[in-house]
Amino acid sequence: MNIIVCIKQVPDTTQVRIDPETNTLIREGVESIINPFDTYAIEEGVRLKEKFGGKTVVLTMGPPQAEAALREAISMGCDEAYLVSDRAFAGSDTLATGYTLAKAIQKIKNFDIILCGKQASDGDTAQVGPGIATQLDIPQVTYVKKIEEADEKSAQVERMTEEGFEIVKTSLPCLFTVVKEINEPRIPSLKGRMKAKKAEIVSWKAIDLDIDEARLGLTGSPTWVSKIFTPPPRPRGEVFEGEPEDVATKLVEALKDRLNS
Amino acid sequence: MDYLLTEEQVMIRDLCREITEEKIKPVAAEYDEKEIFPWDIVKVLADSDICGVYIDEKYGGMGGGMMELCIVAEELSRGCAGIALAFAGTALGAEPILIAGNDDQKERYLPDIASGKKLAAYGITEPAAGSDVAGMQTTAKKDGDHYILNGTKHFITNGGDAEIYTIVAMTNKAKGARGASIFIVDKDTPGFTFGKKEEKLGIRASSTRELIFTDCKVPKENLIGREGQGFLLAMRTFDQSRPGIGAQALGIAQGAFEAALKYSQERKQFGKSISSFQGIQFMLADMATEIEAARALIYASARQIDAGVKSITKESSMAKMYASDVAMKVTVDAVQIFGGYGYCKEYPVEKYMRDAKITQIYEGTNQIQRNIIALELIKQSKI
Repeated sequence: MNIIVCIKQVPDTTQVRIDPETNTLIREGVESIINPFDTYAIEEGVRLKEKFGGKTVVLTMGPPQAEAALREAISMGCDEAYLVSDRAFAGSDTLATGYTLAKAIQKIKNFDIILCGKQASDGDTAQVGPGIATQLDIPQVTYVKKIEEADEKSAQVERMTEEGFEIVKTSLPCLFTVVKEINEPRIPSLKGRMKAKKAEIVSWKAIDLDIDEARLGLTGSPTWVSKIFTPPPRPRGEVFEGEPEDVATKLVEALKDRLNS
Repeated sequence: MDYLLTEEQVMIRDLCREITEEKIKPVAAEYDEKEIFPWDIVKVLADSDICGVYIDEKYGGMGGGMMELCIVAEELSRGCAGIALAFAGTALGAEPILIAGNDDQKERYLPDIASGKKLAAYGITEPAAGSDVAGMQTTAKKDGDHYILNGTKHFITNGGDAEIYTIVAMTNKAKGARGASIFIVDKDTPGFTFGKKEEKLGIRASSTRELIFTDCKVPKENLIGREGQGFLLAMRTFDQSRPGIGAQALGIAQGAFEAALKYSQERKQFGKSISSFQGIQFMLADMATEIEAARALIYASARQIDAGVKSITKESSMAKMYASDVAMKVTVDAVQIFGGYGYCKEYPVEKYMRDAKITQIYEGTNQIQRNIIALELIKQSKI
């Protein structure tokens, strides 16, 4: 079984700040990490390979520094790594990113399952995974929390919903976006880390892909961000104390007030 | 201080630090309280290729030596010295095989140790033979293709949880120290049973048990080296293992120091953080300096062993003795900096203090270390 894991390098979420002037992320001095949700996708990709054989390939689009994220994925057990990097991709929104990654996947070929994290911790859109599947015209299942069974032709997965979960059977190839309930990512082993240091990263530019330039980067991105802001913190709930009857009365009064105001 | 570690050593250190922060620290207090053996952490160490850092690549290890072993012991002990002992106690048990085992013994036992599939333990101490190692009572009598072991070993780290035991026993009691030999004994050997598990002050996540041999038949292929070499081999084992104990003590001291340094900046009295008071500052400065001195001594003695220097006894003892005395002092001071909170189990420093004490006692008490150092000094400067 051949698996392609798509990952994104993001600023460490614990350190993110937004420039109030430009509404963009302040990246200076912030450490880059693999999008935390993508680490679950990498782990699942490696586990599938360990269970069924085949190989697990990791793919990212980003600046040359994103190579570090790919090396980390190799240290966790991925076999090959591809970096899609070109100035022409700068400013890509989710549509252009999905298109570009789909083109890279078509060039890699031979895949049964594509795995993505459910969303990235910086943009939080959750659109790139589904975008890739749409571009490739293959089925997709989002918010997967368990891959129950898989063979060459089909897979059965559990898909998390707000109320519980759905069991979905799909044909392969298919794209899954995964949630953190799916596994516990491993700490990369010593041998893995050594392999990652030496591993060769394949790097592709726009010219290496069979690609329509009008659909790349800023030109290919219809998304327009009008404003980014930090939402005000949610106000703290009110606590009523006292005898149950009094408290209930107070609560009803408070709710009434709220309704009328 | 920059100790100019190799790229691989830095990788080992960083990996162990990650394991300590993510896996060991969160469970350290609970495993200590409930005396839980850290099988889950052993699995993490095994999956991370840590168990074999000091074992030859030929046997599935990473091909490192004493320096790598010390780095691991130090980093894991920074989180919990008891948990670290599953690794360090195994290294001690493996040491006689590494030093004097033949190819067959190495092939049979080292791969499982390197992969973390099996733990090992070293059995020398007896109820009546602690510092006076030569007074041991356990015997091994040759009987055809076997040796028959009888006797009791005491205070054995990883006892009952390890699968592979290296045991010192008298093959010829009349010869005294020259009548001792070392054997590899598998856990499931008939006649080999375990006594009670000790309830201890510290390193409580580590198991310490009695090993009981009753007409225990060990194949003669499991004799390490030759008959009568046991005492010498045991001493060589200690020469190699003492920097590791020093590294364990160093990790304990480092962990306690880091906690104290952080707390001293958070805790406010008289309207200021207590780290602004000279009384605390002097303590912190002394702690940090002594820890660094201990580290320098341990790394130097470990590198000396890896470089194949012949005479290592004195420096190995110095490293063990100094680092463990530093660990005791630093952890006591860490509790002092935490004040009343430090005395409570809700904070981590009382545990570091309890864990530190054993490092002054086992693998030769620090009084024995001073004897060894003095004897070596006199031997080397004989007039």
